[in-house]
Amino acid sequence: MIKVKKKRTGLCEVELDGELTIYEATDLKNELFKKMEKCKGVTINLSNVSEIDTSCFQILILAKRECDEGGIEFTMNSHSPAVLDVIETFNMGSFFGDPIVL
Amino acid sequence: MSSPEETFLLECGELLTSMEDALLQMESSPADSDSINSIFRAAHTIKGTGGVFGFDDVESFTHVVENVLDKVRDNEIDVDSQLIAILLSCRDHIEILVNKAVAGEDINDDDKDIDTDLRSGLNKYLDVPEAVENNLEVAEEKHTVEFESSGSMVISDNWHISLRFDKDVLQNGMDPLSFMRYLKNLGEIVHVTTLYDDFPKLEDFDPELCYLGFEIDFSSEADKEQIEQVFEFVRDMCVLHILPPRAHIAHYSEVIQSLPEDDMRIGEILIASGVLTKRELDEALNKQEKSFQAENENVTPIGEVLVEEKVVHEEVVNAALNKQNTNKIIKSTEQTVLRVDADKLDSLINLVGELVISGATTNMLVNKSGDEQLIESMSSMSRLVEEIRDNALNLRMVQIGETFNRFKRVVRDVSKELGKDIKLNINGADAELDKTVVEKIGDPLMHLIRNSMDHGIESSADRVASGKDIQGNVWLNAYHDSGSIVIEVADDGRGLNRDKILTKAHEKGLISDGQVLTDHEVYRLIFEAGFSTAETVTNLSGRGVGMDVVRRNIEALRGSVDVDSKENEGTTISIRLPLTLAIIDGFLVRVGDSSYVIPLDMVNECIELEEGEQAEPGMHGYINLRDEVLPYLRLRNYFDEPASTTGLESIVVVKYGTNTAGFVVDELLGELQTVIKPMGKILQNVKGISGATILGSGNVAIILDVPNLIVRATQAETSHVINKASDENVLLH
Repeated sequence: MIKVKKKRTGLCEVELDGELTIYEATDLKNELFKKMEKCKGVTINLSNVSEIDTSCFQILILAKRECDEGGIEFTMNSHSPAVLDVIETFNMGSFFGDPIVL
Repeated sequence: MSSPEETFLLECGELLTSMEDALLQMESSPADSDSINSIFRAAHTIKGTGGVFGFDDVESFTHVVENVLDKVRDNEIDVDSQLIAILLSCRDHIEILVNKAVAGEDINDDDKDIDTDLRSGLNKYLDVPEAVENNLEVAEEKHTVEFESSGSMVISDNWHISLRFDKDVLQNGMDPLSFMRYLKNLGEIVHVTTLYDDFPKLEDFDPELCYLGFEIDFSSEADKEQIEQVFEFVRDMCVLHILPPRAHIAHYSEVIQSLPEDDMRIGEILIASGVLTKRELDEALNKQEKSFQAENENVTPIGEVLVEEKVVHEEVVNAALNKQNTNKIIKSTEQTVLRVDADKLDSLINLVGELVISGATTNMLVNKSGDEQLIESMSSMSRLVEEIRDNALNLRMVQIGETFNRFKRVVRDVSKELGKDIKLNINGADAELDKTVVEKIGDPLMHLIRNSMDHGIESSADRVASGKDIQGNVWLNAYHDSGSIVIEVADDGRGLNRDKILTKAHEKGLISDGQVLTDHEVYRLIFEAGFSTAETVTNLSGRGVGMDVVRRNIEALRGSVDVDSKENEGTTISIRLPLTLAIIDGFLVRVGDSSYVIPLDMVNECIELEEGEQAEPGMHGYINLRDEVLPYLRLRNYFDEPASTTGLESIVVVKYGTNTAGFVVDELLGELQTVIKPMGKILQNVKGISGATILGSGNVAIILDVPNLIVRATQAETSHVINKASDENVLLH
């Protein structure tokens, strides 16, 4: 799991890639929430995620929930097939509310 | 088939049919436990499903029937013909009740009378005085009412799986995702709601723990055990509730209660995912409240309640499993028999018809092109088209047995009514013919069978007097014969009385005094309108509307009917019907400039006439075919076609039933598949033509009505003989 982050005008652009499994989960949670601190908006690019499991998917749910509670805009884009599959399996598309290109 | 009620009606129809079959079977072999079981099962299922739908009349009546059957099954009641008669009437009554219940009609007084009569008839077998039985029934009803208020079922057809994983499931190397994916192998996940209500605050969130729960609606034919096996590896690491399709609301309520989330929240999820309706949820929650209240009032130890619930739980599970098993059985028969809308079949056959026509066009063009590869591939395609045509037509073919079996009951009832002992023998029940034909043949057959039983078979005393077996026989035979199916209704009764028919025919003015008729011609008179020889009109037959209606019905199906009889030995009525109504194999011939199609099944052989042995000119004539007289009809004259250009002629020998004739044509063109297109109104009544078809070239060819033309050829024979009788001309070449 490599996490690239760009920050300008208070917007946080995160790019996740590679395998996101339980081995990466703790790091992902810590890193992600560290970067998201004091952001006005978060965008997560998922185009290069080759694998994602329940643990890391939970973190995305958590992030979305935290942002919603804090009034921060949270969007995900460029979903990779692996991510789409999980969203579909868990039927969480409407929870995230992101436009998904099928 | 859309609403559950309609499915219920269909199922009941099937169950009642099997019940009737089994009852008739039991009549001949009373000790047959298979029959008793199948009757019992039918009654039991109808009672059960009737109760679910709230059809109280059906349920309470069938309940009494079931009680009696139960005793029969335990050998407490002996099976006799009286019992079977009552049970048959019960079966009919249940049918009425079911139909009325589904249609939403109330039962009328007549039905109530029957109801009471049958109940008291049944109660005699139950060893209980009626009053006691009534009490029992009330108690029973009370019980079911209680059961219902706590146990209505949910409408949903899907399994409902409620899944909460333990927090450490991920650490144990299990991923909920893989179970969901695996579940897809067993069926279709209709809806998933992923619950994240359990998520702790950010600080407390351990990324390696699982906080998710799932409510899954799952459509599958798997049984509960198979679904449970999906979660076998995590059985110790999750809370799993599996609710079968149409589970009891009470059971839902239990699950809702046992889940960690707020009841309303779960309820909303269930509504959103379409598992429960709002009403069902309210019922479940109410019930829950009530049980809480009850607990508080009675101060029932919680342990006991749990035990109780456990018992309920087990019962529900057992019921669910039973239901699953019956579902499975039904499913497996459904897989072998698929119900298809008749319209869809018709449109398929229509398309296949068009395919056949355009195939013929292509075939002609290909042959013209002379490209060998093309011709070869075309010929293999033609073969496939031919197979598709045959298979498509086969889809409409049904075995006639089902129609035949219906008459077992008729024969049984009518023979009781007439006080005769008559046995129905069925042969060739597996002969297949077009569904529409099968549907339309039922009524004519009913007429014929009743006629045979009423007029044909003598009374027992007469039979003994004439040295016959006291038991009369009626035969229903079906077999294929030269492209048609022949259905025979035969009896070993007194046979037709030639003199009586003749007298009657004179009375009715059907024949004139001097007319000499063969036996066969006399017998055929019974098919004339208004003809009945029965001296007394019974309520079964004898009103003289029977036979001519039968004949007309059968002729409307392009069939024919014939009768054969021997005094004191019996009567056989044979119905000859075409196998199919849409596409036939045809034999194409040319007469003058036009093409004609003769149904291939009826073509016996073709003879090319040498120049020297031309058939004599004129429309009719005979040739000597291997020392047999063959009447022929010259189609050129009959259809007024211009004279042949070659001067050569051929004869196509056709056969229909027992009649043979020759058609003189100009040229034989060979076989082709023909889609019968009905004639327009103007040409509909032209004799000798049964339809038309479009040839590959786009030209129209007339399909000949062979039976009709044969009659013309042979009739001409008679007139010819009379005309030529005076001059001693050689009639045969």
